[in-house]
Amino acid sequence: MTIVFAIFLLTMLVITAVAIVQSSNLFVSVMLTSIFSLLMSTNFFVLDAADVALTEAAVGAGITTVIFLSALALTATQEKPNRSGRGIALIVVGLTASLIIYATFDKPRLGDPDAPVHQHVAPYYLDNTMEQMGFPNVVTAVLSSYRGYDTLGEVFVVFAACIGVLFILDARTGTGPKYVTRKMTGLRHHLIPQVVGRILVPFIVLFGLYVQFHGEYGPGGGFQAGAIIATAFILYSLLEGEQAALRAVPRSAQLGLVICGALMFGMVGVLCMIMGGEFLDYSVLMENPVTARQIGIIVIEAGVGMAVCGAMLSIFHAFAARSAEDTDEAV
Amino acid sequence: MIFAGVSCAILVTMVLAIARAIKGPTVYDRLLAVNMFGTKTALLLAVIAFLFGRADFLDLALAYALINLVGVLAVLEFFQNRIDANGDASGD
Amino acid sequence: MIEWLLIVVDIVSWILLIIGSICVLIGGIGVLRMPDFYSRIHAASLTDTMATLALFSGMILQAGFSLAAAKLFAIMLFLLLTGPTATYALANSALLSGHKPKAAVLEKKVE
Repeated sequence: MTIVFAIFLLTMLVITAVAIVQSSNLFVSVMLTSIFSLLMSTNFFVLDAADVALTEAAVGAGITTVIFLSALALTATQEKPNRSGRGIALIVVGLTASLIIYATFDKPRLGDPDAPVHQHVAPYYLDNTMEQMGFPNVVTAVLSSYRGYDTLGEVFVVFAACIGVLFILDARTGTGPKYVTRKMTGLRHHLIPQVVGRILVPFIVLFGLYVQFHGEYGPGGGFQAGAIIATAFILYSLLEGEQAALRAVPRSAQLGLVICGALMFGMVGVLCMIMGGEFLDYSVLMENPVTARQIGIIVIEAGVGMAVCGAMLSIFHAFAARSAEDTDEAV
Repeated sequence: MIFAGVSCAILVTMVLAIARAIKGPTVYDRLLAVNMFGTKTALLLAVIAFLFGRADFLDLALAYALINLVGVLAVLEFFQNRIDANGDASGD
Repeated sequence: MIEWLLIVVDIVSWILLIIGSICVLIGGIGVLRMPDFYSRIHAASLTDTMATLALFSGMILQAGFSLAAAKLFAIMLFLLLTGPTATYALANSALLSGHKPKAAVLEKKVE
């Protein structure tokens, strides 16, 4: 059954990918990209990776489309025709594709228990998560405790990416006259989206909090929750306009969220060292190591959620401020 | 087994929606297809959760049900801004 | 008595699921076959409302009284709320940017 679904979904995925490349209208590409994301998420779900599927859903369904559209508002909608160097590109792509296809011949069968990936550290995680952490979701345990260093790195990558985007878009904090003269009023005169959206915003935040704090037991965790909560604020800003959204969560608060989130994660690690353990070894935080690990995981997941939410919001607002500035100049 | 049939029906509809999204002809047709594809994904995920007997994975369908609207509203705002900008330019 | 009731619930849920699947299929075919954008919206909205209602009602009956049923109900509620809203937003943005229905174009030609 899984195989049937996977083949079906992957075929659609390939068709969509070809269509994305073929289309010269960038708006069409953005739309097809969102179909790509939906297919990808369903595929992850069919392959039993509910946490990854939820991440793809949280990021792909709302935020990617919104940010792509904001970027599109700053550029032209048509792709520039580029005919030079196509032969070389074709050769490179053809070679790489044939290499990858050749490499798949050595790949173990899907779900093969003897595959190398299932022999290395995975059995240890599967056997010990319940005993050492006290909760059933192995993905959360691996992400936030066993491989805590990797996740710390990821959070700082998010932090660096956010700062990079802000620098490129030249978005400064503060309330200079530039950023107040935004004319956009959002969808205030569209009554139906307004009413439905207002109903939805609190539920999206609630669902985000559920994903954040239920991550130990079901699919979810800080990354997904941060993206979902950021989506709620983006929805609010689409409905009420940029200024209302900035009044609710000002720029400084967004950046504060990113910094506090990343710092919180790091500080938990330092605290572990002060208490006499190793960096990010939560078991020393309290007398009972299982409770200590759970508390450590909850705190760092909260840090991850804050960092992701803040980063996404500040990128979104940086794009929005930039497009407002450009229209002002044009007028 | 009924869930297998239902999921087949939804998959076929998804294929038809992709066909419409690729065929066009206008941007709105593609948009309609994308939106329909999103809601059908939520349906499909719920049905698959039942088919595979993992009802605790319904969270994913819930996420789509809640978030899917944001993309469409963003498109509405995108068009509205473009019209506003063009209207201003021609008005001045 | 209870067994009899369970069979009835099963049959009703099967009928609902079949109705839902048929609606989904009709919607999909309609989106591909209808002549212009505004008529295609009708087909797409059929899958947003009727199919969602029928499929989720069928699944709730199958789930019985459990957490899954509550989640399914929430999903159904939000899909029923957001589907028509998205349809409105789509039709509105098409109309705003000057996309005319085919009938209107024809009338203009006759005039």
